Amino acid sequence: MDFIDYYKILGVDKNATEDDIKKAYRKLARKYHPDLNPNDKDAHKKFQQINEANEVLSDPEKRKKYDQYGKDWQHAGQFEQARQQYQRAPGQGREDFFTGDFGEGDFSDFFESLFGGARTGRGRSSNVKFRGEDYHAELQIQLTDVYKTHQQTFTVNGKNVRITVPAGIEDGQKIKIKGYGGPGINGGPNGDLYITFTIINNTRFKRTGNDLHTTADLDLYTAVLGGETTIDTPDGKVKLQIKPLTQNNSTIRLKGKGVPVYKHEGQYGDLYITWQVKLPTHLSEKEKALFTELAAMAKSSNA
Amino acid sequence: MSNEELIPAADFCTSHAIEIGFIQSLHEYGLIEIITIEETRFVHPEQLPQLEQFIRLHYELDINLAGIDAIANLLQRIEQMQNEIRMLKNRLTGEVILTNK
Repeated sequence: MDFIDYYKILGVDKNATEDDIKKAYRKLARKYHPDLNPNDKDAHKKFQQINEANEVLSDPEKRKKYDQYGKDWQHAGQFEQARQQYQRAPGQGREDFFTGDFGEGDFSDFFESLFGGARTGRGRSSNVKFRGEDYHAELQIQLTDVYKTHQQTFTVNGKNVRITVPAGIEDGQKIKIKGYGGPGINGGPNGDLYITFTIINNTRFKRTGNDLHTTADLDLYTAVLGGETTIDTPDGKVKLQIKPLTQNNSTIRLKGKGVPVYKHEGQYGDLYITWQVKLPTHLSEKEKALFTELAAMAKSSNA
Repeated sequence: MSNEELIPAADFCTSHAIEIGFIQSLHEYGLIEIITIEETRFVHPEQLPQLEQFIRLHYELDINLAGIDAIANLLQRIEQMQNEIRMLKNRLTGEVILTNK
């Protein structure tokens, strides 16, 4: 546990007036407030530090104690008596302290050793109902799990949550589980749980929305003369008829063989297959002679 | 949704210690919707997270309604751009997989 320089955090010097501190705090709070920095954990952490610094420096008694004993925080026990005597006047203005769902009480060990942990001031009345904190969780699933709606159980903040993962969910998609966030305060409603899905592609298909794309090899003779080939789809193997003179890099579409459309049961995207025509890597003398004959025929017909 | 699930705006304001005029102004800016039933104003519970965000921006950061409106629009654009980045990343990852096949 290190000493925390609250003056440095707010960017003010030790002689800063209450007004200087307030201004510095507001400026930094506007910059790092979680509402203005969604999904930015660094900003969230910085905001907590700013809040903690303001909690100390905006309160004359705490500031005095911090200035006097701050660097000797190891002897925090000696401050305990003083802490118990310390009572902040209730009902201070809202602008004293930021409320909201942003880690209230999540102060550093340094703060707790010096001031005993619990925050003493609240901007709003203690009878005010607050909605609980929203929780955010990440869940990794494999692309093959996206093909079917399934149930999944996981733990958030020590609580088992069983959810239905609808087929067709996308990488990075967020779903809300109402009421599974933090408990409400003073009878307020619970927060919500937001789950962000990370889809790990454990297949050879490339996914774009509900469509899948893949490449498949085709030998020269089947490409030229047509025929049959078997390819893998998410549903299993499918036998396909190949048209004569199928070109390299040409694409065919298999309707309804893609990913299920999210929350549209029975609807699927398509599977696109791009043919990669493979040339022979070795020719027998006879094959070489036949290709030479073909080349001569092509040359004469083009002439 | 049944009317019972709607939140009376007056109760919400009392519990959050804010003036009803603030919610009315948000409504006039088109930032939230107020439902009026028999002269009683209600807010939809789905709007609560955003409404509470607007309250924090106004009462804690001293941002006026015009500022909140601008921020709400910018945050919406950030979210759209993040979604676009996510989709592009997904496509790029797919291409890498195909290339490395």
